[in-house]
Amino acid sequence: MLHHLIKQAAGDVAVAAEPVTASRRSFLKGAGAVGGGLVIGAMLPRGAFAAEAKAPTIIGPADPRPQAFVRIAPDNTVTVLVKHLDKGQGIMTGLTTIVAEELDADWEQMRGAFAPADSTLYANHFFGIQGTGGSTAVANSWDELRMAGAAARAMLVATASARWNVPVSEITVEKGVVRHAKSNRTANFGALAEDAAKLPVPQKVALKDAKDYKLVGNPSLHRLDHVSKTNGTAIFAMDIRRPGQVTAVLARSPRFGGTVKSVDAAAAKQVPGVIDVLTLPVGVAVVAKNTWAAIKGREALKVEWDDAKAETRGTEEILADYRNLAEKQGNVAANKGDAEKALAGAAKVVEAEFVFPYLAHAPMEPLNATVELKPDGGCTIYAGSQFQGVEQKVVASILGCKPEQVAIETQWAGGSFGRRATPNADYIAEAAIIAKAYGKAPVHLVWTREDDIQGGRYRPLFLHKIKAGVDAQGKLVAWQQRIVGQSFMTGTPFEAVMVKNGVDETSVEGASDMAYAVPNLAVDLHSPVSPVTTLWWRSVGHTHTAYAKEVMIDELAAAAGKDPVAFRMDLLKDSPRLQGVLKLAAEKADWGKPLPKGRARGVAVHESFDTFVAHVAEVSVNDKGQVKVERVVCAVDCGQAVNPNIIEAQISGGTGWGIGHALRDEITMTGGVVDQANFDTYQPLRNSEMPPVEVHILPSTIRPTGVGEPGVPTAAPAVANAVFAATGKRLHHLPFTKSGMV
Amino acid sequence: MIRLNINGQDRDVDVPPDMPLLWVLRDELNMTGTKFGCGIAQCGACTVHIDGTATRACQTPAESAVGTKITTIEGISGKAAEAIQAAWQKLDVVQCGYCQSGQIMSAVALLTDNHNPSDSDIDAAMDGNVCRCATYPRIRAAIKDAAKAMGA
Repeated sequence: MLHHLIKQAAGDVAVAAEPVTASRRSFLKGAGAVGGGLVIGAMLPRGAFAAEAKAPTIIGPADPRPQAFVRIAPDNTVTVLVKHLDKGQGIMTGLTTIVAEELDADWEQMRGAFAPADSTLYANHFFGIQGTGGSTAVANSWDELRMAGAAARAMLVATASARWNVPVSEITVEKGVVRHAKSNRTANFGALAEDAAKLPVPQKVALKDAKDYKLVGNPSLHRLDHVSKTNGTAIFAMDIRRPGQVTAVLARSPRFGGTVKSVDAAAAKQVPGVIDVLTLPVGVAVVAKNTWAAIKGREALKVEWDDAKAETRGTEEILADYRNLAEKQGNVAANKGDAEKALAGAAKVVEAEFVFPYLAHAPMEPLNATVELKPDGGCTIYAGSQFQGVEQKVVASILGCKPEQVAIETQWAGGSFGRRATPNADYIAEAAIIAKAYGKAPVHLVWTREDDIQGGRYRPLFLHKIKAGVDAQGKLVAWQQRIVGQSFMTGTPFEAVMVKNGVDETSVEGASDMAYAVPNLAVDLHSPVSPVTTLWWRSVGHTHTAYAKEVMIDELAAAAGKDPVAFRMDLLKDSPRLQGVLKLAAEKADWGKPLPKGRARGVAVHESFDTFVAHVAEVSVNDKGQVKVERVVCAVDCGQAVNPNIIEAQISGGTGWGIGHALRDEITMTGGVVDQANFDTYQPLRNSEMPPVEVHILPSTIRPTGVGEPGVPTAAPAVANAVFAATGKRLHHLPFTKSGMV
Repeated sequence: MIRLNINGQDRDVDVPPDMPLLWVLRDELNMTGTKFGCGIAQCGACTVHIDGTATRACQTPAESAVGTKITTIEGISGKAAEAIQAAWQKLDVVQCGYCQSGQIMSAVALLTDNHNPSDSDIDAAMDGNVCRCATYPRIRAAIKDAAKAMGA
């Protein structure tokens, strides 16, 4: 997804992936050190990283100021300022680990805090603005935070050296203790911090060799949030209670693109606790003393909607339109060799149509944000903010202030899966619009679950048509793929970068750049437009491209009479890391060993977000067509493992995400109105349905890459391929219930 | 005015009698550990104990809880609660964490009644608690770990 901004914009990911040397960045001491302690920050030269990568200029020119990543307090706590949103993926812990390693800190003294919103200091180097997504957080922070940790360590050592009048070379640091062994003197970080803060920040620092890591790669570290999230004290945006705050819910058009025609608010205003009803461009806001009153007030509203510009088709009609569109050539995403000709000469040709439904993200914490206006015309936003750089700009334009007057207090987010990062700031913009219109108190906008399930920003509905062939020796010779689905980049600041020659990279990623060696490849794309709002959804394009590719390749293996693992291994000769995970997963899953009757295995392998994952699923299918996933084994190569414990959790969770939605989830519409409303009709995976998942991490010292999304793409196709092995049935239409399974 | 006994304390709240207990806790009493997830008793994020039984606060009108003993995540205590919270921390169960108050409340109720739950006991007790992060394997492992610790 956005990860590709840099790839596509720069045309050279190496620019971003290249280790950054200390000389490329200057380390500056933070102005206004906190509590007399040491404040270390890495400051980018004006626009450096982003400019080199030619990231999109959706923020203004950088205004470099010292930025703080590390704070060491006199009480000996070390706080890492985390510029990314932690929505469960564990990045607060991950980034803190990176600093702690170079600092040689004791894990017990480490703390994490969300950094303030400031894209000039805290930009995601892949995006050019502050934001989280595309499984980029560790990858883009790796150099920056290692250097921040190493610089802080060097300053503490220099301070001890001066205080004890001993050479720096005789000082060691271990588990948060600075030591001069010869004279048997020690000091903790807190005791040195105040003096260390007075030193100049070193321009060059030595970074550790991976073999010396004690915390990075250590599976025994606990998450920083493992206590606060088990005793109810962790504060999410939903839990913010500002003095005098009111709660708002918003009545939105039941059809996407509809607008307010007329409002009768009389009954709503009679509901006890309702304070005001505001008719706004985004809908009708009910402002109340509490959430319950706001919800009851909205139920009492009578709103007539104008559907002139609304989507009035149902999903069946939309799909029929897509099928018509697929009769024609689309915009070219990949064209290698001559697929048409090669197919004509192929010994065996396999054809399939794949359908992927609209899907909601439905994070456990419904969307919400509190906006508190400030006397200077700006505001403070309390939210599980994922795109701070976008939100500041959008809210500034709503309030008529400068983006830097929009302060964001980022909170723990109760899941996101892509939903909290929107190119137009979406629900945060709504909250700002309501807060501005109401004007009297901080406004907490709450989405109910129904608002969430029916509120759009879905993974787009996609249709794929694939035709591929093998020669007489069973070698893959041609692959032709047509993809139809909405682009969520259309009309956003990202469109200019992400959509090239009519092809949105996020619609074809994983297909047009597939790793399988095929001499003749043709992929094209139609991006029809609809008022139905769509968005990246955990693993983005790979949610559908990997499925289509991996199920198709399985069919080709069957057509060629080859083993599914061997067939893939042979086609991945130029992709050693994909081969590596495939081999490991197959081994650990006992691939090839006989199973009891009614059970079968399936496999899938894919690269997404520069991380490599293979899944082997073992399923049983009963005579009613009920699929039970009995066991899942997966292997992941994400480079240097920073927190193995979190990697395991993310890949396991991604597996549940992939399988859960494939089993039965879809958002459908009738006459433009969404048929599902809550968890009774959009049914999440439940505990008893979650298979045991074994995660195996390939040892590596390559630069780390993300794990939030890459666990998703291969989970469902591995299950589908196992179902084929068990039943001979191919699952081309998702969810599985649309392919005759239960 | 409605009087509710929450975590051992009597609390008087001025709310409509049909206001769900969830909103009484969250909006009137500022006890935000109990979460809003779906509002229709489908996700379990709002799970509290009413007289020891795991109950969805979003579908519990305030007046129906009068005269009962309500326990929330902020007030749980005892052997099962301690074992469950310790196991959750030991195994780093949480990801986003939003559902975990409810998961823990359901797990504590389960272990209080059943010191050695089988997998199907866990399925029955925990299937009402949704976790979109799919932390389910660790939830299951933590319940078993806690059961073992309690038996020890």
